[in-house]
Amino acid sequence: MKNDRPPSSLIRVIGLGNGLRGDDAAGLLAARQVRQIIGGRAEVIEAEMAGVDLIELMKSAYAVILIDAARSGQASGTVHRLDASAGPIGCQIFPRSSHAIGMVDALELARAMGVLPPKVIVYGIEAGNTEAGQPLSSPVAKAVDQVVDQVIQECEAHYA
Amino acid sequence: MPEKTAQTRTIAVDMVARVEGEGALRVTVKDETVQDVELRIFEPPRFFEAFLRGRHYEEVPDIVARICGICPIAYQMSAVHALEQIFGLRVEGALRDLRRLIYCGEWIESHALHVYLLQAPDFLGYDSAIAMAKDHAAVVPRGLRLKKAGNAIMTLLGGRSVHPVSVKVGGFSRVPLRRELEGLKDELLWARDAAVDTVRWVADFEYPDFAPDYNYVALRHPDEYPLNEGQIVASTVLQISATEFEQHFVEHQVAYSNALHCTVQGSPYLVGPLARLNLNHDHLTPLAKQVLTDRRIALPLRNPFHGIIARSVEILYALEESLRLIERYETPPLAALPVAVRSGTGMACTEAPRGILYHRYEVDGDGVVRDAKIVPPTSQNQFRIEQDLRLFMPRLLHLPDKEAALACERVIRCYDPCISCATHFLNLDIRRESST
Repeated sequence: MKNDRPPSSLIRVIGLGNGLRGDDAAGLLAARQVRQIIGGRAEVIEAEMAGVDLIELMKSAYAVILIDAARSGQASGTVHRLDASAGPIGCQIFPRSSHAIGMVDALELARAMGVLPPKVIVYGIEAGNTEAGQPLSSPVAKAVDQVVDQVIQECEAHYA
Repeated sequence: MPEKTAQTRTIAVDMVARVEGEGALRVTVKDETVQDVELRIFEPPRFFEAFLRGRHYEEVPDIVARICGICPIAYQMSAVHALEQIFGLRVEGALRDLRRLIYCGEWIESHALHVYLLQAPDFLGYDSAIAMAKDHAAVVPRGLRLKKAGNAIMTLLGGRSVHPVSVKVGGFSRVPLRRELEGLKDELLWARDAAVDTVRWVADFEYPDFAPDYNYVALRHPDEYPLNEGQIVASTVLQISATEFEQHFVEHQVAYSNALHCTVQGSPYLVGPLARLNLNHDHLTPLAKQVLTDRRIALPLRNPFHGIIARSVEILYALEESLRLIERYETPPLAALPVAVRSGTGMACTEAPRGILYHRYEVDGDGVVRDAKIVPPTSQNQFRIEQDLRLFMPRLLHLPDKEAALACERVIRCYDPCISCATHFLNLDIRRESST
């Protein structure tokens, strides 16, 4: 163990989504798996449709990894990895709302207010079926496993 | 893009282009006259109605909470009230107060989000809260802190701020200690002052001159500003209980939308903060009444754009009410009343942040849901929003399509329609079209 590793509370993994709506639960389920594997070495939060509350959830973290379902028209199960700390990630795959503040807007609001954590990585998992009461579709379940592996690696990289 | 003709144009706001093709506005204009206004709203509760069938009644509060990320308490409260009606339960005293308190938390949270981050940019000339935050460095943090005060109530009583888990039939799975509630007081006192500033702030916005003739519908309680219960009243002569809702409020299928058009006495009506305030302002607190008087805000408010004022007043009311409920709280001996399951049908209506929310459940002798019906406020307002767009459109016809579409969005936003309730796959994509 190295002495200069950041405290675990400074690395935060946040899974987003609606747990009862099929593939929309991908981010939540990925976060749950990450927690089981990584234990106390990173703080893991399951946040169903957190919206603007993301700003609060990211507060005082050094590195944040967000995992959410996405829609861009690509095949379900496609994984997108975007570096929000490098600049705006746009809303092409994470849609916007006129009723709520979505994840992308919350990130940009945090940036405008000067409170965006130094490192923010967003994983988008392309969703298929989002009907209420459905399980994850097979391609999305596979994508969740892939994202979990990548997120674990990213967390471990912070300790390297 | 199709070629545009001089005579006919279509202004399309494809708000939810990727949500199964629904949730869009289409306005057709011919020879400078509005021909058609079609608002298509994705109506998520219909999926949940089917999903609820066959579920045990104890699962219902947790399932319906996931219909909406912004007003889960409203869904939970309408559900538990309807189920308690079936089981012959009446929740009173401190447990009733706690339900009122958690509902206040939701109003504060939902209204602060809408006032500060969704609607204020429309009045201050910004595309979004992000652009507004750069110029109004103090305003957005004030709105976020106000919202957080509502979150704090929800988190303490509900177990977590998003999709609370402790609401159940008969009461709660856990009730707070008095000192836990007292821990909220300092922040709520700050928030009450911030809410006064909020009313003053929005009162000074410039509002379009627009006052349609509304039939307001809201709950009305003899002693209090309505949250969890009351009779359903309208500005036209109507006073009924929730059990009579379906005899008076009729849903019609329209060809272009999955959502249903709601009418009362054959006409569209308005639910939400404006309707609630206009029908219940006598139950406001002295401070809330004083702030309105100081700003020369005369009730009733008839302009839909004044919804932001109504929301701000309700934030102030909810904070004062929260402080009052905390002040008199004594931890109840039981977190929930015991339930004796029996078969039957129950109906209840509560005041979600954006208007009355009706639930009906039929359960069998084992407590299994056999049928469920949910009528959310957005579908009730849908017909009224279309009527208002029809009335407002003539003053937008001189604008280019894109600007007209943005102006239509501002009108729609006044009602804070819950288009995105059950899924966050929502996209705002403005498309220009024309037809012959």
